[in-house]
Amino acid sequence: MNANQILDASGIAKSFGAVKALVDASLSVSEGEIVALMGANGAGKSTFVKIITGALTPDNGKVLIRGKQARVGSPAEARRSGLVPVYQEPSLIPDLDVADNLRLTDTPIAPFERWVKELGIEGLSLSDMVGDLPLATLRILDLARALASEPDVLLLDEMTAALPSDLVERVLKVTRQQADKGMGVIYVSHRFNEISELCDRATVLRDGQTVGDLVIEPGVEDRAVELMLGQRLDLAAREVNKTRGTIGDTPRVRVKGVAIAPKVTDISFDMFPGEVLGVVALEGQGQDELFECLAGFMPPTAGSIEVNGTTTAFRHPADAIAAGVKFVPGDRADALLAQRSVRENIALPFSARMSSWGWLKMRHERERVEHAIDRLQIDTRAQGEVQRLSGGNQQKVTIGRWLATGVETLLLFDPTRGIDVRTKRQIYPLVRELAEQGSSVLFYTSELEEIPLACDRAVVIFNGRVVDIIDAENADEQTLLRAAYGLTAQEGAA
Amino acid sequence: MNMATTDSSMVRFGRFLRDNPVIPLLAFLVLMIAVLEVIRPGIVTPFRAGRDGLISTFWVGNLIKFAIPLAMLAACQVLTMLTAGIDLSAGIVATVAAFVCATLSSIWGPVPAVLIAMSMGLVVGVVNGIGVGVVRVHPLIMTLGTGLIATGCMQVYQRLVINAGSEIPAVLSWLGTGRTLSMPNGLFLFVPFALFVFWLMRFTGFGRLLFALGSNENAAKLSGVRAWQVYVALYALSGLIAALAGLLYLGMIRQTSLSLASPLLLPSVAAAVIGGTSIFGGRGSFAGAIVGALIIRVLDTMLTLMQMPEGARTMLFGLIILTVTAIYVRITGSR
Ligand SMILES: Nc1ncnc2c1ncn2[C@@H]1O[C@H](COP(=O)(O)OP(=O)(O)O)[C@@H](O)[C@H]1O
Ligand SMILES: [Mg+2]
Repeated sequence: MNANQILDASGIAKSFGAVKALVDASLSVSEGEIVALMGANGAGKSTFVKIITGALTPDNGKVLIRGKQARVGSPAEARRSGLVPVYQEPSLIPDLDVADNLRLTDTPIAPFERWVKELGIEGLSLSDMVGDLPLATLRILDLARALASEPDVLLLDEMTAALPSDLVERVLKVTRQQADKGMGVIYVSHRFNEISELCDRATVLRDGQTVGDLVIEPGVEDRAVELMLGQRLDLAAREVNKTRGTIGDTPRVRVKGVAIAPKVTDISFDMFPGEVLGVVALEGQGQDELFECLAGFMPPTAGSIEVNGTTTAFRHPADAIAAGVKFVPGDRADALLAQRSVRENIALPFSARMSSWGWLKMRHERERVEHAIDRLQIDTRAQGEVQRLSGGNQQKVTIGRWLATGVETLLLFDPTRGIDVRTKRQIYPLVRELAEQGSSVLFYTSELEEIPLACDRAVVIFNGRVVDIIDAENADEQTLLRAAYGLTAQEGAA
Repeated sequence: MNMATTDSSMVRFGRFLRDNPVIPLLAFLVLMIAVLEVIRPGIVTPFRAGRDGLISTFWVGNLIKFAIPLAMLAACQVLTMLTAGIDLSAGIVATVAAFVCATLSSIWGPVPAVLIAMSMGLVVGVVNGIGVGVVRVHPLIMTLGTGLIATGCMQVYQRLVINAGSEIPAVLSWLGTGRTLSMPNGLFLFVPFALFVFWLMRFTGFGRLLFALGSNENAAKLSGVRAWQVYVALYALSGLIAALAGLLYLGMIRQTSLSLASPLLLPSVAAAVIGGTSIFGGRGSFAGAIVGALIIRVLDTMLTLMQMPEGARTMLFGLIILTVTAIYVRITGSR
């Protein structure tokens, strides 16, 4: 054993009823070391993190802290032992303000505020209600809170999944700095570029088992994916086969001069049948409001939206749905009935209208639901309660809901956030396939590399306005990023 | 260190109870009846006391008879609690319905009286539904408010009809006091009613929406559910059920009073909670509530038998309900 080793967990096992989340998982981290914890969705990463930090108790296994056996019975105990997590789901309580949340965990205020600044969040007040803050800010607050308690080992579970690129940079920088000062880090992420930039080592989980330990070096991606998926996969073939359907020439949706106070000032674009239209934007450029407006949650303050040639005035999502416009929101928790079954979640829209309040059409429902489950390859081992599914499968359920009813226009808001490579590779072709069959898809993603992969064109939104509409086919990440920062190609060249 | 089985048998047991609340509840009911038999030998098993039969069908019939109106009011609570609501006007609605029916049937005959009594429930329910679903008042406040208003209206109404006298429609007396094969006739109303509630909760789109709204209203909205429609229909239904329970209770008690069914309100909430319905929405069972109502009835009998003064009885009753609920909530890990 390395003399500087802080944490060594081995042989950890955990089952939830019939679901074996962890079978034999091991992981260690030393002072100043950043260890990536990798694995496909459902591999057990989050469960592992929760066990190490006392939020779950393992069925079996051994945890050594600085060489001594330890029993981490609760999150508070873990914190006292220096193990501090940022979980995959935001963990601040929405009904309290920031200060009260900090009090709950005895977090010292001054360092917290310093970290918040350091991480690039401006204008936060401790009396802000947590529920009113945007998701990205919440993630940063979680991190700041963790850092403020001066951990020996910091565990970040898909911390960057919900962050725009500029905040990701900050997080990586701060993490590196702290590691250089001796903190150990366990870093869960699906993004290879972050891992190769940040981490020293990677531990790979597959189906609840540690299957490998890799040193991060150029070309390690292939090996990692191979371990994660359990088979050799050609990374070069990552490109999705973009069989283009014919794009119609009458627009399905026309957005004309839409403004939504206060963020969105002027957005216009057309969506055609058969087309996937990407949305490129940094966090908080008005894309949230745009999607909510198109989905019927709020009317535009100016401008108009036409669907199939008629001007619409959506006052409720039900209106949008009636016009064939279906919305998959960014936050899965918003869209799911956590305690209900996969089937009930997918079938929910079937009962929405008053005319369908009577007898459930069980057979019809089962056919549609099973079809959606098949098509999305949803892992239904824990289908009794959607909250027991892994993140990727939960996301598939939110999409499956609309597959089951049929979609003309689909609004996908960051559907691949926090999802493993395997699931992502199922989602891109699905989106392409929907377009091919005549749907019109609006696709916002916080991962720019997905734009050329899945989209035909992309609108670039900056500061509430459309600044450019580009051909997604040939856009590389650099071009997109520049565009997202409001720099046009010409200015960049000059 | 070996962190031994942490999904301890206690936790697993609790989960089992949560998924099948009726089984332990039935066991508890039997236990309570056994205790009752110990307190007063012969009440349940007249055989030992020298009478006929192993178990007194008369006693069981009586137990069921008085549990029926309570279980019906508990249905109001189960259904509204599924959406994280509650119907505190149910007791008063039942009382109003009974009072209106008794006074009007001496003037206009039984059929219009029953219809008007039922429509009283409908009106209060619709108002509740609009308050909760459209104006978005908290159900607790809303139903408490309409309940108070209904009480006031009933007092005014009582002055107006003071000389009219009252009459109980024959069919209600038959349902309320009659027996068939020593079982109360109330079952002729209650069995179809219970089947209706099961059907509604399990096999209809409306039932699905109740669970959905209680689990995540935003998700329901996203799926195109106009929540206010569901709330109005739900509270209207709850009002109708409460009125129906009041009419049955009228047939059972056979006298009118301004607080006829009001004492049933809190026990109806308790029956729902004991029966495994979460006041936070998304989980509930009517079967559980029925057993809950029976348990409360047995408790009541027990306290009566101990010949406690009224005040002490009420106190003890409240205490026991709180304790039972707390224990239940603790072992099932539910809320
Ligand atoms: N509370 C739970 N109850 C039941 N199953 C669960 C629960 N939490 C996680 N699981 C299951 O355990 C497996 C691992 O989940 P998780 O640790 O979230 O994976 P990851 O974070 O790697 O995506 C999945 O199959 C998931 O469905
Ligand atoms: Mg996870």
